[in-house]
Amino acid sequence: MSSQSAEITRQGLWNNNVALVQLLGLCPLLAVTSTTINGIGLGLATLITLVLSNTVVSMIRNVVRNEVRLPVFVLIIASIVTIIELLMQAWFYQLYLVLGIFIPLIVTNCSIIARAEGFASRNPIGASALDGFMMGLGFLLVLTVLGAMREVIGAGTVLAHAELLFGEAASALKITLFDDYRGFLIAVLPPGAFFGLALLIVGKNLIEQRLLVEPSPEPLQAQPSA
Amino acid sequence: MSIVSSPYVTPSASTNRLMLNVIIALIPGSIAYIWFFGVGLIVNLVFSIGFALLFEAIVLKLRKRPLKPYLGDYSAVVTAWLFALCIPQHSPWWLIAVGIGFAIIAGKHLYGGLGFNPFNPAMVGYVVVLISFPQEMTRWFLPLQVSGEGLNLIDAFRYALGWVDISQWDALTSATPLDQYRSGLGQNLMISEIRQSPVFGDFAGVGWEWIANLWFVGGLYLLATRTISWHIPFAVIGGMLLMSFIFYIADPDAVASPGFHLFSGGLMLGAFFIATDPVTASTTPRGRFVYGLLIGVLIYVIRSWGGFPDGVAFAVILANMCVPLIDYYTQPRVFGVDPPDEH
Repeated sequence: MSSQSAEITRQGLWNNNVALVQLLGLCPLLAVTSTTINGIGLGLATLITLVLSNTVVSMIRNVVRNEVRLPVFVLIIASIVTIIELLMQAWFYQLYLVLGIFIPLIVTNCSIIARAEGFASRNPIGASALDGFMMGLGFLLVLTVLGAMREVIGAGTVLAHAELLFGEAASALKITLFDDYRGFLIAVLPPGAFFGLALLIVGKNLIEQRLLVEPSPEPLQAQPSA
Repeated sequence: MSIVSSPYVTPSASTNRLMLNVIIALIPGSIAYIWFFGVGLIVNLVFSIGFALLFEAIVLKLRKRPLKPYLGDYSAVVTAWLFALCIPQHSPWWLIAVGIGFAIIAGKHLYGGLGFNPFNPAMVGYVVVLISFPQEMTRWFLPLQVSGEGLNLIDAFRYALGWVDISQWDALTSATPLDQYRSGLGQNLMISEIRQSPVFGDFAGVGWEWIANLWFVGGLYLLATRTISWHIPFAVIGGMLLMSFIFYIADPDAVASPGFHLFSGGLMLGAFFIATDPVTASTTPRGRFVYGLLIGVLIYVIRSWGGFPDGVAFAVILANMCVPLIDYYTQPRVFGVDPPDEH
């Protein structure tokens, strides 16, 4: 079990990262990451959805007939997202207003149905919940880093409006990196999201090529040229 | 003795020679620009070309390419020159650095360098600064002939480096003629009322119309030396004339005249120098026609109903995107071969 858990963790956070490798859920990823807090907010909502939907789908995996499984998965995911949306409306109303349509749109995030179909429908409950958590965490991390990148370049701050997520006391978390920064608007606008995500994918590939490269086997002897 | 086979016509156009022709053709218009708007262009050119060569050298070094043939082909200089002509007459150095950086690094080298870039690098850099720094990109200066004074060369350099309080020259700045049309029409003014402003000359803005004339002269030189073919400029101007003529006939009180559109903003520069970039333009004769027409129509659409006063850069980039499709559907038929079956 422990080796399986390690494998699930590695897949979710790095090897099969939802945003950087599967390139799923790009619509909310690109749309809301204009600030760090927006990224964290949507990332957390997606993470919770993934854990719950994976758990529930895994519970019913032996009950639902194969022919109707996809509609059932969609119903489950839609119910969970609706619950999360109502909870956010109650407790994080300002953040709910900022994220707007992208909260209900978590239903259409391909990564959730992909994990339900690809993993939870054929694995036990514990492993499925862990898979949902790790996939969601990988997504959350990318959203956070991308949001921070765009906020730093676009506005010169980090964690602005933290009170939306963590309460009034957290407004002190805001860090202004450059006083009198003129702002670099394109980083906050949609093109900045594409540039940022592309750079993150480049960064991941670079790390894999340069640092995580396995020692290559002995090169084959060159064939004598005919 | 070496044996030479046919064809015996030696190609005269190296990248080097092509780019040098473009620079020669840019000189008359640039001199007129300095005559009407002062020495700011010289400062823009110094910073733009300097940053372009610097970034080009750094990226070539990173890509482990030889410096000399690529730096010496003037393509970076042409990109920098076009960029310098697009931004306001006096611009801060960091704005130029950001724009040129995007042009050379993101617009050109990330796609594989000269010859592989799908988008015109100068326009990529210009669009990035245009949408990122609205405050700096709308500080246009009046023609010297209207305001009566301009900055000297030393002040212009200090302005660009940010060593002086630039607000002391606020009185010399004004909206461009295209901008005045735009805001005037937004307030339901008639064309005749908008044209009361002293920035308007016979056709378009004072100064701008003469500069546009000289871009046309430079364009004729490019045509004469066969640096560019006539299809693209003809189609760009034709597309613009077509659109502006139709709408002008319908309502001459509330729509700018075709003459104004033709000699305003970046249309002439765009038609002869920007849209004709050999790397990013369409390559088939019919395709060039479609491509130019698309640019001309799009410029009119963006000027009239878009969010920005001029639309040359956006039109060129949008048309660049369509080039693979245009080229695909306009392949000339190979002589002696039946046309492919239409399925």
